[in-house]
Amino acid sequence: MSAAQTPQAQLAEPDGPEVAVEDLLSLPKSPSVWALAARRLRSDRGGMFSLWIVLAFLLLVLLAQFGVLAGNWQKEVAVPFAPPHFMGADAKTAAGAAATAPANVDLSDVDPLAPRYAEWAERAAKTKTVETVKADTLSFGADRIGRDVLDKAIKGAQVSILVGILAAFVATLIGTVLGALGGYFGGKLDDFLEWVYNVFTSVPYILLIFALAAVFRSGPLGKVFSDGIAAVVIILGLVGWTSIYRLVRAEYMKHRGREYVRAAEAIGAGHGARMFGHILPNVSHIVLVQLSLHVVSFIKAEVILSFLGLGVPIDMVSWGTMLGEAQSELVLGKWWQLVAATAFMATFVTAFAILTDALRDAMDPKLR
Amino acid sequence: MFGVEGAKDNRSLLRRHERFPEPTGPLPLARIRVMLSYIIRRILQMIPTLAGVILLIFFLFKYFGGDPAEILGGLEATPEQIESIRNQLGLNRPVWDQLWLFVKQVVTFEWGQSWATREPIAGIFATRLPATLTIMVPILVLEVGLAIVAGLAVAYVRGSLTDRAVMVITTLALSISFLVYVIIGQYVFAFQLGWFPVQGWSSSLWTNLTVFAPLPVLIAVLVSLAPHTRLYRSFFLDEIGHDYVRTARAKGVSEQHIMFKHVLRNAMIPILTNVATQLPGVFIGSFLLEVFFSIPGLGREVYTAVGRSDYPMIQATTIYLAALTMVINLMTDLLYKWVDPRVVLK
Repeated sequence: MSAAQTPQAQLAEPDGPEVAVEDLLSLPKSPSVWALAARRLRSDRGGMFSLWIVLAFLLLVLLAQFGVLAGNWQKEVAVPFAPPHFMGADAKTAAGAAATAPANVDLSDVDPLAPRYAEWAERAAKTKTVETVKADTLSFGADRIGRDVLDKAIKGAQVSILVGILAAFVATLIGTVLGALGGYFGGKLDDFLEWVYNVFTSVPYILLIFALAAVFRSGPLGKVFSDGIAAVVIILGLVGWTSIYRLVRAEYMKHRGREYVRAAEAIGAGHGARMFGHILPNVSHIVLVQLSLHVVSFIKAEVILSFLGLGVPIDMVSWGTMLGEAQSELVLGKWWQLVAATAFMATFVTAFAILTDALRDAMDPKLR
Repeated sequence: MFGVEGAKDNRSLLRRHERFPEPTGPLPLARIRVMLSYIIRRILQMIPTLAGVILLIFFLFKYFGGDPAEILGGLEATPEQIESIRNQLGLNRPVWDQLWLFVKQVVTFEWGQSWATREPIAGIFATRLPATLTIMVPILVLEVGLAIVAGLAVAYVRGSLTDRAVMVITTLALSISFLVYVIIGQYVFAFQLGWFPVQGWSSSLWTNLTVFAPLPVLIAVLVSLAPHTRLYRSFFLDEIGHDYVRTARAKGVSEQHIMFKHVLRNAMIPILTNVATQLPGVFIGSFLLEVFFSIPGLGREVYTAVGRSDYPMIQATTIYLAALTMVINLMTDLLYKWVDPRVVLK
């Protein structure tokens, strides 16, 4: 597009065709839109900083996905509600561990089971028992049954971020394809898609989520997607595509009559090639910004849905299920799970939001 | 739907800052006719959309939902019982018959009983809606009122440290889940400090408003204040950049007058749009607060209906709220006309 027309290219033009071609070839290659955007992004210090944070989180997600990190988050590695290191062990548990067993009162003359104790003791000795030492404190504390909160937060990050990103991809895919079809072809197809859009937007989105959740719970689809995050990804994707559709459709309407598209048509590019080969790269910056905007809002939505029990299954952990547990823990004064989940989520979401802003500025300098 | 004619020109200057041109005497017949035909056209336009919503909900539950007979029959139902329920609900009839039955339900408000509680659906709406409105109306009023004042103030000190601080706080505050605010708010203000009841509801509107509603309202307003302020600030800044503001300053109109009379009134259109997009949420948006504070509202009812697979409740709420959303959108467009006489209804 416009990035190809550097001032040098315009200066080199007037000397006849052969000369112009040679001159153009000898010119330094003008940077692509993406290279320019990357350069602008690199000069944005806040954007770069948040990019590193986001990349660190994504690395965390990958490591957790392949079981390198937080693989045994379900293990009860500490005493219930073990506090974080800096608070020290609970006085009560420390005392309980130190106390010796009280001396037994001899009841053997009245205890009807007394003759069999020796036999039982013998049998008990045969079975192996492993004495696990449960930690009194953990770096981020432990939850109700002694699971490491840090491990849970990392595993929760994996689930929440994965749900957010996958759902954003689903929504972007639906929105982009429908928007491209409607905007490019126009006419009856566009009218139909506009109708679908109107239907989806007239229902308050939380009700659409509830309706889909109800269907997934008890319907045949629920059995297909019973384990894992697929159900919540599909629900969020089906609800969230509308705004992307609108933007992409408007862009396609603008682009479909432009000269480069007509030129592509003239050299025999089909509808599909023109739509996705020629126009899509020119609107992809808008799609990318929408994608990352939706990641943030879907992560927030997943947290709320999982908190309500409509999100990830109960054998998984996400930031939302952690917050759900944290509510009852807070009343007991055990605040660390709440803080851990909130801190992880706030860091990632803030970084991602700043990155999205930086991305938008970098992709579309006119927008400033 | 609406167009602002000559929004950029300075006709408002010619009118100075007089009140709206109040129509003196009866409205001209022509204007009423234009308005009426507009309203009728818009209502006709709603029909295909509403039909789409009905189709969407019907087919969603018909083909992707569970078998109603099995849900109603429970785990211990015999095949005969299941069969009899299927007959009662008309599930053995052709799809189009079932769709017709469904449409009749929608139009006549005859949804029968909730599958879970045997309470009539209409009764659920009538008894749950007041609680939701008791929470949501104060939230909306306070939110918009405070955000207008805060937005004006921040727009007034634009570019300064305060301005930047508000933006940073907003970004940070928005990154924390609403859940966290509610959990902490409930814990600190109700459980620890005891200023409010932890949860509960009564049958008297006054008690509800003064005892049970304040904490959820306070939390919701505090949380939404920052993003709203940022949004409204941008509306006001858009207006402050216009020529008429400079002209008003040049001729010595006081800054207060400019802000509250000129800028505020011209920023009303985007503000109204924003409020209108929130309005449908008034009827259900507080479901999280209702769940946390045990408020017997519509939002919590729909949420529990999902857990109980109470399909009629979910279907009815979805369809009626969609219809309501469309009506609200129409009323907003009419309101534009009232706020800004330059708006032409098309």
